[in-house]
Amino acid sequence: MRTGFALALTACLSLAALTGCGGSDASGTTTLTVFAAASLTEAFTEIGDRFEAEHDGVTVEFNFAASSDLAAQITEGAPADVFASADQGNMDKVVDAGAAADPQTFALNQLVIAVPEGNPDGVTGLADLARLDFAACAPEVPCGAAAQTAAEGTDLTPVTYEADVKSTLQKLTLGEVDAALVYRTDALAAQDEVDAVEFPESAAAVNAYPITALADAPEPDLAAAFTEYVLGDDARTVLETAGFQRP
Amino acid sequence: MPAKRTRQRRRVPAALLAPAVVGLAFLILPLAGLLARAPWTELPARLTEPAMLDALRLSLATATTATALSLLFGVPIAWLLARGDFPGRSVLRALVTVPLVLPPVVGGVALLLVFGRSGIVGSWLHERFDVTIPFSTTAVVLAMTFVSMPFLIVSVEGALRGADLRFEEAAATLGAGRWTVFTHVTLPMIAPGVLAGAVLCWARALGEFGATITFAGNFPGRTQTMPLAVYLALQSDLEAAIVLSLILLAVSVVVLASLRERWTAVA
Repeated sequence: MRTGFALALTACLSLAALTGCGGSDASGTTTLTVFAAASLTEAFTEIGDRFEAEHDGVTVEFNFAASSDLAAQITEGAPADVFASADQGNMDKVVDAGAAADPQTFALNQLVIAVPEGNPDGVTGLADLARLDFAACAPEVPCGAAAQTAAEGTDLTPVTYEADVKSTLQKLTLGEVDAALVYRTDALAAQDEVDAVEFPESAAAVNAYPITALADAPEPDLAAAFTEYVLGDDARTVLETAGFQRP
Repeated sequence: MPAKRTRQRRRVPAALLAPAVVGLAFLILPLAGLLARAPWTELPARLTEPAMLDALRLSLATATTATALSLLFGVPIAWLLARGDFPGRSVLRALVTVPLVLPPVVGGVALLLVFGRSGIVGSWLHERFDVTIPFSTTAVVLAMTFVSMPFLIVSVEGALRGADLRFEEAAATLGAGRWTVFTHVTLPMIAPGVLAGAVLCWARALGEFGATITFAGNFPGRTQTMPLAVYLALQSDLEAAIVLSLILLAVSVVVLASLRERWTAVA
C-alpha cells in the first residue's frame, strides 16, 4: 500500500511538471486523463476531440497501451480518471483492487477472417481455413482466447500462434500466410491491404469493452461526464465507423 | 611456457575493485530479484510439464545447431577479415556487425523479406522445391544464426589479430601447406578465442526472442523456444514466466560451467 502511494505520488509529481496532473492550471484548463486499450487509439482520439469541443477548457489526455499494462499501472496508483479496457478480465483486476466500481460495456469487437485484398483463395467461412496456412493469436492473449472459442469443435490449427493481434495481421500483410484471425477493427484499419470475411462462429467469442470512472479520479465529475459521453450516441457513431459493434 | 605459478593471492587494486563490485551488483541484482519473486513450490510441477520440456529441448537443440553453423561459416569470415588483403575490408567488417545493431524484430522482418514465402530467395525455394522456411524449426535456427554469428566473428577476428604471425610463417617455411598451417598452427593458437566466441554465440542464440518470433512464428514443439514461452506466459501469469526464465538460466549456467571445467582440465 505504502509503495503504491509513493508510486502514485511520484507519478503525479512527474506528471504535474508536464501536464498539470489533472486539476486546473493557471490558464483555467482542466485535464482529464483517460487510460484506454491500444485497440481504441483511433476511435478514442476522435471521441476525445469531440468531447473537448463540447466542454470548454477541458483537455483530454490519453494513455494508450495493452489493457494488462494499464490495469497494472492503475492498481499501482497511477493518477487516471477513466479506464477503458479491451476485455473484462483486466477490468476485473481493477475492480477487485477497489480502484473502480460498476464498469459498463460500451463496445463489442468480433473476430473476422482477414484475407489478402480481393480474397484470392475464395474464403467464405471458417471451414476454408482447413486448406490454407493461417495465423492466429496465442491463447494467452485475448484475441487468441476468442479464436479458440470461435474454432471450438473444429480441428483447425494455425501455422503460428502470434503474441498479439497486430503481429498476426502482419504475417498476412507480409504474405507469409493466406489468412489471419483478427478483430474486425484491425482488419478495417488495414483495409487497403486486406479484406475481412465475417463468419458466424465468431458470435460465440465476442469481446466486450468495459469503461469506468476510477475511484481515485482527480477529476471525478469530468470522469463521469466522459464515461457518459462514450456510452452515448455521438461516440457510438465513431466506434461503429472504426468497426466496433453496439453492445 | 607459463612461469612457475605462485599460490600467493594477488592483491586487487582498490581502483579496480570498487567499480568491479558496483558493476557486479548491477549485473547480479536483477537475477536476485527474479529469485526472490519465484514461486518455488510451483517449480516441481513446472519442471515436468511436457510443453515446458518441449520448449527447453527445442531451445537447446536450435541454439547448438546455430552455434555449429556459426563456427562453420564464422571462422572463415573472421579469417578473411583478419588476414585477407582486399579492398573494402573495413566496409565488410562493418556490415558483418549489422545484426548486432539491428533490433532483432527488424532482423526477423528482414529475414522474412528474403526467405519468406514471397521473399527474394524464399519465393524461388517455394516454387522450385515446394519448401517454405517461415514457421519451421529451420527458421528458428536461421534467426538465431543471423543474430548470434557476429559475436563469434568478432571474437575470432580479435584472436587472429592477436596471434603471432611468426609461428605460421615458420611452419610455411618448413614446408607446410596453407591448409595445414591453418589447421595445425593457427587454429590451436586461437582456440581460446574460438571457444569464447562460441560460448557468446550459444548464449545469445539461447536467449534469442525478437527475430525468432517474427521470422519463425510461435508454434509449440516446432518454433516455440523458451524465450517465446516465457514471453507468452508473461501475458497471463508473471510467476509462471519467472519460473520458466529461471529454468532456462539454470540450464545454461550448468552447461557453460561444465564446459569450462573441461577446457581448463585440458589446458
